[in-house]
Amino acid sequence: MQVSMKVNGEEVTREIEPRVLLVHFIREELGLTGTHWGCDTTNCGTCVVLLDGQPVKSCTVLAASAHGHEVRTVEGLASNGSLDPVQQGFMAEHGLQCGFCTPGMMLTARALLDKNPHPDELQIRQAISGQICRCTGYATIVRSVQWAAEHPAAAGDPPGTGTDEEDVRA
Amino acid sequence: MQIPAAFDYVRASSIDDALALLQQHGPESRVLAGGHSLLPMMKLRLARPEWLIDINELTELDYIRRDADVLRIGAMTRHTTLLESPDVGRLFPIVRDAEQVIADPVVRNRGTIGGSLCQADPAEDLSTVCKVLRAEAVIRGPNGERVLRMDEFHRGPYETALEQTELLCEVRLPVRQRSGSAYEKVERRVGDWAVAAAGAAVALAPDGTIEDAAVGLTAVGLEGTATEAETLLRGKRPAEELFAEAGRAAAAACDPVADQRGPVDYKRHLADELTRRVLRRACGRAGAEREG
Repeated sequence: MQVSMKVNGEEVTREIEPRVLLVHFIREELGLTGTHWGCDTTNCGTCVVLLDGQPVKSCTVLAASAHGHEVRTVEGLASNGSLDPVQQGFMAEHGLQCGFCTPGMMLTARALLDKNPHPDELQIRQAISGQICRCTGYATIVRSVQWAAEHPAAAGDPPGTGTDEEDVRA
Repeated sequence: MQIPAAFDYVRASSIDDALALLQQHGPESRVLAGGHSLLPMMKLRLARPEWLIDINELTELDYIRRDADVLRIGAMTRHTTLLESPDVGRLFPIVRDAEQVIADPVVRNRGTIGGSLCQADPAEDLSTVCKVLRAEAVIRGPNGERVLRMDEFHRGPYETALEQTELLCEVRLPVRQRSGSAYEKVERRVGDWAVAAAGAAVALAPDGTIEDAAVGLTAVGLEGTATEAETLLRGKRPAEELFAEAGRAAAAACDPVADQRGPVDYKRHLADELTRRVLRRACGRAGAEREG
């Protein structure tokens, strides 16, 4: 069957089997391997992408169901060469260690901040409660999202690459 | 890699179209709502439909409408929508209680009330919630519409009264005066199935006694509601000792099975304790002055 959807703003069309899951469509048909594939059982949340702006576990959505809809993956977070504030927050606050859960965490964070620009710590923890970080990095992930909330217009050079003295020291 | 067995896929464009497709493709076709129960079962090959009829485009089934004495919820209403609805939270706090502990926030963006009720997993929360709220299921089929009480709709684990050619379209929750409701679940971690859960709904008489009560349990082998507990509660004044009696009656009525989530004794203990807690909270929400 033929499916068409908008992925990171770009219209894509592919011929697929109906049983292809969205995560495999994204990774294998489109080659966007930033979306990770983990537990296969809707538990770990590393495959989270935004479907029409809402975080969903793409291992449990048929690519066919996404036909005619908009998908945003981690590759679509940065715009015009600038990292999203969420991505900058994960850098600034060391929100990742191995990085496996990071794409899903960042997309959930983006959706949370779009809906609620000033979440408290509990709201952040609840928002990511369906996603697992096996480096036990939850505290820094929460701080990364808080950083992004405090720097909503931080789009620009990522921290550490500019000439800011503090960054250079870091 | 978990991939479903091959199937053919078709998207329904309207309720009538979905009904026609169910007729056309027969017993080997299944309706795909949010897919968060069906797709995992298909990946494990516990379900192998030949046809999937996707109803995710039927936005006409995604609504929450308040009529005079009933709240109408479309079958494709997502869990997140239910959780965030002020009407639902105010009129039926039990739904909000349950939705906060159904799976996790990302799963709730996709899963639907209709899908949950039709899957009828024994550890599924909304079946208990709908039973104690004395909800009705509005079903459409080739011969028109029929309305079933939730205890008629839900026949047991993985079994409902829905015929293969029918579609659950709406859930109706009756709005009652001086009523309160609550749900509480014990789970091992976020998103896990319940070890046990309890739900209660009460309506108070003008004199403050319990006019009507419903008590339900999840994941501990209780069919229908805990009728002995309900009989104990009716006509009495809300009180700690009464809740304890009802808790014991509910625990005696259930029939839990030992599994990796716990032994029988523990589950029965939870049935008792959780029943007391939800009755306490439901009566409080109904505005009861509690004795003892």
